[in-house]
Formats: sequence, structure tokens, C-alpha cells
Amino acid sequence: MKKYISLLIIAALSVSGSAVFTSCGKDDEFADIEYVAEYSKDLEGTTIDVFNWGEYISDGSEDSLDVNRAFEELTGIKVNYTTFESNEDMYVKLKSGSVSYDIIIPSDYMIDRLISENMVQEIDLSKIDNYKYITDEYKGLAYDPDDKYSVAYTGGMVGLIYNTKMVSEAPTSWNVMWDEQYKDNILMFNNSRDAFAIAQFILGQDINTTNTADWDAAAALLKEQKPLIQKYVMDEVFNKMEGSNAAIAPYYAGDFLTMQENNPDLAFVYPQEGTNLFVDAMCIPSSAQNYEAALMYINFMLEPEIALANAEYICYSSPHSAVLENEEYSLKDNEYLYPSDEVKANTQVFTDIDTETRSYYEALWESLKLS
Amino acid sequence: MKTFGKLFTFLVYLFLYAPLLVMIIFSFNEAASTSVFTGFSLHWYGELLNKRQIGEALQNTLILASLSSITATLIGTLAALGIYHMKKKAVVKAYMTVTNIPMMNPDIITGVSLMLLFVFVGKTLGMQDSLGFGTLLIAHITFNIPYVILNVLPKLRQTDPHLLEAALDLGCTPVKAFIKVVLPAISSGIVSGLIMAFTLSLDDFVISYYTTGSDFQTLPTLIYSITKKPVKPYIYALFSIIFFVILLMLVLMNVMQAKSDRKNARKNS
Repeated sequence: MKKYISLLIIAALSVSGSAVFTSCGKDDEFADIEYVAEYSKDLEGTTIDVFNWGEYISDGSEDSLDVNRAFEELTGIKVNYTTFESNEDMYVKLKSGSVSYDIIIPSDYMIDRLISENMVQEIDLSKIDNYKYITDEYKGLAYDPDDKYSVAYTGGMVGLIYNTKMVSEAPTSWNVMWDEQYKDNILMFNNSRDAFAIAQFILGQDINTTNTADWDAAAALLKEQKPLIQKYVMDEVFNKMEGSNAAIAPYYAGDFLTMQENNPDLAFVYPQEGTNLFVDAMCIPSSAQNYEAALMYINFMLEPEIALANAEYICYSSPHSAVLENEEYSLKDNEYLYPSDEVKANTQVFTDIDTETRSYYEALWESLKLS
Repeated sequence: MKTFGKLFTFLVYLFLYAPLLVMIIFSFNEAASTSVFTGFSLHWYGELLNKRQIGEALQNTLILASLSSITATLIGTLAALGIYHMKKKAVVKAYMTVTNIPMMNPDIITGVSLMLLFVFVGKTLGMQDSLGFGTLLIAHITFNIPYVILNVLPKLRQTDPHLLEAALDLGCTPVKAFIKVVLPAISSGIVSGLIMAFTLSLDDFVISYYTTGSDFQTLPTLIYSITKKPVKPYIYALFSIIFFVILLMLVLMNVMQAKSDRKNARKNS
């Protein structure tokens, strides 16, 4: 008896669960979007497989625009949208050769790797009218010097987040993370590449160096810092900083804005030694099955209104000139997302590092974590 | 001693339910923070409805769980019947061991090996997209079958073998005898196997992660991919709803059970 009832409830749940979510679409939702480029309905009925980071697109929640639905409405192409949690995760899926995607949005160094392994194909920019909106600082970057394979989606820079009530004076240098007085109040990246980069900026190195002596020196510096670290963190940094459980942490400017909303004591600075600029960009895998639709999708993502919706939702730096000039953009001229040219000039992007060097620094990182 | 026992029980329950309680509380938080509670609001419950991707993933998960558990129950029940009617003890033992291995196997091994198999078959057949809903469904059916067998087999062993013979003697065809006599006797095992398969499929992450393709994402893999931004409380709202639905289900089940127990007791007296 008991079991039959639960069976019934499961069935009811399955039906109602799916009904609730699908019943809330508004038909004329996208009627007043103005598009700059022309979109044909030639590909109506086809599908496009998009592979992006989780929570990394304006999706209709919190009064934002549902970008994928708008694209479906406009072109009649169905968007299969799935998400990954890291570049490596995406790489493994793509490399397995058993899944094909039409659009992927990896980060800088991963794009470099995909290009060198012929896993992405050239993007026909002549068909992407809206490419003109991409600002110069997102062109010709080290991972794709000729801009053949990628179109920037979002960017951002790492800086120092600190709690103004917990530091004696506002920091200006990465060196503050080695300051004895903040012992056990410092958080550090729990990710080898990002953690090494901070040490490398202090040492004035190229963050893509293949010189093992450079990596040794950076590792020695990180070892020196280890006793002062409260914890090596990634996502946890949000809770720690918002709850004033730590004084200093390196993280991305866009995420700092999120944290500051919940803890007004937080402040942010770009250290003088320079910092890392990350870029996530749209690419078309070599195995793509709907290349034309992929071009259309990239063009669509660069529509001023769509790019604005994404910039507002994601809250990282936008590479789109029309967004930057838009008066309605709530983060227009934000000093953290769009710092002075001086700060921007002092940045480096990650490129892919050869396997040998990679395993060398990974080993250093492991021994650091274990020591 | 008694107070110690009570305290201990309290602590056990606290550890079991405190995390859920915290999650439910923060699902009503006005702000998106998980460390500061700024005020009561139903905002995130409303927001949940705007999350088309979450809705689709939930729908996918439910479809997958229903299809895989029903198929696995059919195959598993037939397998249990087969194993039950085997004559040689050693053969039965061998079959049961083979059945148990996939259950004891860590999920990650099952997941990776299934993926390798699918990719290999896909490549051999010259397919571009070998992973997708189909492979995910096969994977889920695969790991569900042993649980169904393990639920049905004991029920079969509990039934009186003479009942079936009696039915046949009294003129039933074998099929009719199975439907009228055997099936009712083992139905509770079948249903518990089905429910178990459903719940296992519902919250499977590891195997789904390796066997899904570009057009189908389940809720656990979707939530896992939210790493760029902190998880927003609408996820807590979703979990709270799922928790309350299950709670409601359990309460209802127990009320019904108590009622039917009373009925049975009266019948027997």
C-alpha cells in the first residue's frame, strides 16, 4: 500500500515538476529588441549546441533577458545549452571526440591549447558584422595573436580584495600577502596557475615562462607565504570575505562587486606590480556540425542589447564598445571593472604552457600544498 | 545515563537536520548571501520559475529517472525470475556475484568505462555525436538493474512455490498463473525496486557526468557547473521544495500504512 502511494506521488511530481517550469513563457517578450545586424531564417529547424560555463549567460532570471530564447525566437534555431565547470572539464569532453559542440566559451590559455591541437576552427569574421564592437584591448592577445579563432565574450582582472576594518593601511602591492601582521587572515588561490602568477608578478617574471629556475623562485616565495595563509580557497572566498572571516584575498574584480553588496567594508585594489587579465572567448570547435549557425550565434551575442544583458548579468568586464558607451549600463565606467589605462597596460594573459613545464610547476605546487 | 542517551540522540538528529535547516533558512534570505541574513523574502522561489535552464534540467532528470527506472524494473524483474528458477546452486551464486559487482563498483569506474564503451562503439559506427540522451539512459538502466533484482528476488523466495503449481492444476495457463498468483506476491518487491531505481537515477552525478552529451543535461551536473559565480539561493529554494515534497510523501505514506495496518488487524481478529 505504502509503496503504491509513493509511486503515485512520484508520478504526479514528475508531471507537475515539468509543467510548472514550461508554462511561464511570455510570447511577446522579445518583440522590442532592436537588432543591428540582419538575421535570416534560413537555418530554421536546425539546432546549435552551446557549451558554456555555469551561470554565465543572461537567462531571464532577475528581470534579465533570456538570451538563448531570444536567439531561438529570432532565427528559429534551437539552442541546446549545456554547461561545464572548468576549462579542463570542457577540454576532456571535447577531446573524447564523442560529443560535438558548435560554440564553446573557454578561457585564454585553453584557447591557445585548442588552437595548437587543431581542435577549433577559424571564424569567418566577414560574416560577423558585429565584430566591429570588440574593443582593441581584446584583440591580438597572446593566446590568439591574429584573432582567427576566438571572439572575446567577457574579461576581467585579478586584484586584491581587503577588509578596510581589518587592515591598518590600504595595500597597494601584492607584498601585503606576505605581511606577518595579517597572519591567518590571508586567503590564497587554491589553483596552481593563479597562485604562482601572484608570486611571479612580485618577482617581475613572465607568467608564461618556461624557465624552471623562474618557477623554483616563485615556489620558494609561495613557501615563505604558506605559514601566513589562513586557507587556500576558490569559491569559498565569497563566504569568507562577506562574513569578515579574512582580511585579504586575491580575486576577480567582478566578484568583488558581488561581495561588496553583502559587506560594504570590503575594498579592492589593483596591485602596482601588475596583474593577470583573463578572457573567456567564443570559439567554434573543428567538429562543429552547424558552422553557419555558430557564426550567427556569435554575431547575435555581439548585438549591443544582448551584450548589454550579458554584461549586466555576468558582472565581469565587457569587451563590447557599445556596452561601454551605453548610458543605461549600470556598471558604466566602474572603476574596478574598467580601470585606468595605466592599470590595463600592466597586465599579462595566460597562454598554454608546454606539458613538461606544466608538470614541473604542478609538482612544485603539490609539494607546496603537502609541506 | 538516560539524559546522556537523550542528549546523544538529540546530537545525532541535529547533525542530520541542521544542514537542511540552514539551507531552508537561507532560501528565504532577501540577499544573495549565505553568510548574512538580511530579511525574509520569497524572492528566490519566484526567481526559480524564471530559470528556464534549471527547469529544463529538472524535467530532463525526471524524464530520465522515470524511463530508466521503469525499464530497469522490467528487465530486473525478468532477470530475478530467471535466477529464481535456476536449478543449480552454483549457477545462482555465480549470477548473484555478477549482479553484485556493478553495485560494489565505484561509480567513477562504471561511468568512465561506460563512456569508453559508448565512444568506442560510436567511433566504430562512424558517429559524430555518440554521447547523448540514449547513452545516458542506457547507463542509468545499467546501474539500476541490480537494485531491482535484489529487491525482487527475496520476495520470490518468500512465496510458496506450491501456489503456482496449485494455480496450474486448477486450470490456469502459465501466463495467467504468473499474473494472478506470482505477480501479486512479489509486487511489493517490484515497487520498492522501482522506487529505489528512481531515486538512484534522480541523484546520480558521477555516471551521468561521463555519459551525457551536448544536448541533455541533468540537474546534478548543471548545479556542479556553477563555479564562476557563487551559487545563488534559488538553488536552495529548489532543494527546499524537493525536501518538503519528500517529507510530505513520507508522512502520507506512514498515515496510509497505519490505516491499512489497522484494517488488517481487524480482519485477522
